[in-house]
Amino acid sequence: MAADKPRPSSFSRISPSAGSPHSPGLKSGPNGTNFVSTGIADLDKILGGGFVLGSLVMIMEDPEAPHHMLIMRNFMSQGLVHNQPLLYVSPSSDPKAFLGTLPNLVASKDEKSRDRGRDQEQEKGLRIAWQYRKYFEENQQNFGGSADIKHEYCNDFDLRKPLDKQFFGGRRVECVSVLDSSNLSSLVDRCAAFLSESARNDVSCGGRLAIQSFGSPQCEYSNSEWDMLSFLRSLKSMVRASNAVAVLSFPPSLLSPSSSKRWQHLADTVLSVKAIPDEDKELAALLTGYQDMVGFLNIHKVARINTQVPVILEATTYSIKLQKRKTLILECLNQAPVDGSSGSSYGNTGCSSKSRSLEF
Amino acid sequence: MDHRPSNLLDEALGSCDGRFVLIEDSVETSGAFVLHHLIKRFLITPNTPSAAAAIVFVALARPFSHYDRVLRKLGCNLSVHRQNNKFIFVNAFFPDKKSDSYSIKKKGCRDSLISLYAKIRSAVEADGSPEVRRNHVTVMIDDASLLEVAADGCCNHVTDFLHYCHTLTSDFGCSLVVLNHKDIYSCVEGRTPLLQMEYLADLIIRVEPLSTGLAADVHGQLTVINKGLWDEKKSSRLNNFHFKVKENCTDYFYPGSQV
Repeated sequence: MAADKPRPSSFSRISPSAGSPHSPGLKSGPNGTNFVSTGIADLDKILGGGFVLGSLVMIMEDPEAPHHMLIMRNFMSQGLVHNQPLLYVSPSSDPKAFLGTLPNLVASKDEKSRDRGRDQEQEKGLRIAWQYRKYFEENQQNFGGSADIKHEYCNDFDLRKPLDKQFFGGRRVECVSVLDSSNLSSLVDRCAAFLSESARNDVSCGGRLAIQSFGSPQCEYSNSEWDMLSFLRSLKSMVRASNAVAVLSFPPSLLSPSSSKRWQHLADTVLSVKAIPDEDKELAALLTGYQDMVGFLNIHKVARINTQVPVILEATTYSIKLQKRKTLILECLNQAPVDGSSGSSYGNTGCSSKSRSLEF
Repeated sequence: MDHRPSNLLDEALGSCDGRFVLIEDSVETSGAFVLHHLIKRFLITPNTPSAAAAIVFVALARPFSHYDRVLRKLGCNLSVHRQNNKFIFVNAFFPDKKSDSYSIKKKGCRDSLISLYAKIRSAVEADGSPEVRRNHVTVMIDDASLLEVAADGCCNHVTDFLHYCHTLTSDFGCSLVVLNHKDIYSCVEGRTPLLQMEYLADLIIRVEPLSTGLAADVHGQLTVINKGLWDEKKSSRLNNFHFKVKENCTDYFYPGSQV
């Protein structure tokens, strides 16, 4: 959470909320901000630690592929594993059912034989670079069950398995279908109630608010762009004042271009996902590891809270891949050198160089 | 970059007294740092007596804590200035507790803008009262596109509102600084609010990303269009240079001139 109290002098103590958090789900960042994990280790790294507490994150959907759901799922699962309160707002009529599709923690082989006690269960989430996992598994027999690390900041998730029931028990999990309400004010009230509660209950614990496909045609208010904008505006201010992160996905193709820009200006962090054309021979020749790619992730804007310095990323386009068909990873695009000029430009590497022919 | 007392931006801007400064930015490159620069410049100016300056800041985009922290790093303590009534902060970021943004619609967006204007005007008038004559009152709005959201899409009302604020520059000699997002108005039919603002403005500062893409050393380029510089020696009224934003200052330099 961005520290809200203005300090009277430069030499006063930093408020405790901005100090070291106690919960493993939080990580303190620069300028008195705290991060919560996105549930994807690579995305955490790219964003400098995760989503900033108190920020509004927007994911622009691709109409051709549901990749935004991958990010949403990991985000929600990570929150449940960290025992953080969650509010899920969905345009479907049965949002509870979606919780059944959340990915589970990656289980390593030797642990499967073990007692499925709670502690061991969480220990499975011990994250380690995948290349070294095989060594780790050998080593772990030596460790035995003595390792008492309960939670990692960011876990690995297996997209093929549903999240264990035990994670649903602990904290408040709420699901709301937007079909139930015809106007946005009830949704505002719901979010306000959730956010104020998560601000009050636990200072050390960040809440997560996931809004899926906001402004999709199922919602009755999808025609009234100004209503949605003022909803986003109040959502932004509520989230900033609270101890939570709001992640909202929306279909930009359904909005007018100027509205879509307004939304992006309102957001603190803007991501977009793009599908990969199935049989694009040219692209396949250009990019290494094309077969494993599921889609592209673009990062348009990174949250700047309490600072004016922009975050300049190494690259803005990443490929989404599935590691061993289960874990989500992000990689920089590795591009075969086509011409000299494209070597250092990262903008839209994949697409811009597509049309260029080989020159020497 | 050497730290000269006046940097390229200040040189290009000249005096801002009694003028309408419009800052335009985009999603990729935020223009907020120009606003921070101007706040600092107006509050701490070496050649004017410090008591003479005051800022009325209408914040729609961010809470006070954000500006406070950013300006503190720039060497300007907003909390103290706020206590001394030199920095008057009109918080429009949080919708009112009793009347949230949804009741604005019921009340009519016109009324909410009128009350906002009344707030600004009273702040300006209080500052401009003869006993405590202040010659540099600056009204800042961050940002105008959110004003349209707050007004529920009645862009005409927002334009009227800005017109009224603009009259303050002639009535009370204060300056007006407005931040707006240029890329919102890129489609043909929605351009009018921006064009009207550009027409009214004496100074336009455009903050754009580099056309060549991202760079760690150059964060973007600034174009300053100064409409009032006829009589000065400068040959070109249009200034174009690059910038790099840091925590405690911003470097401005001509393209290619940085080592």
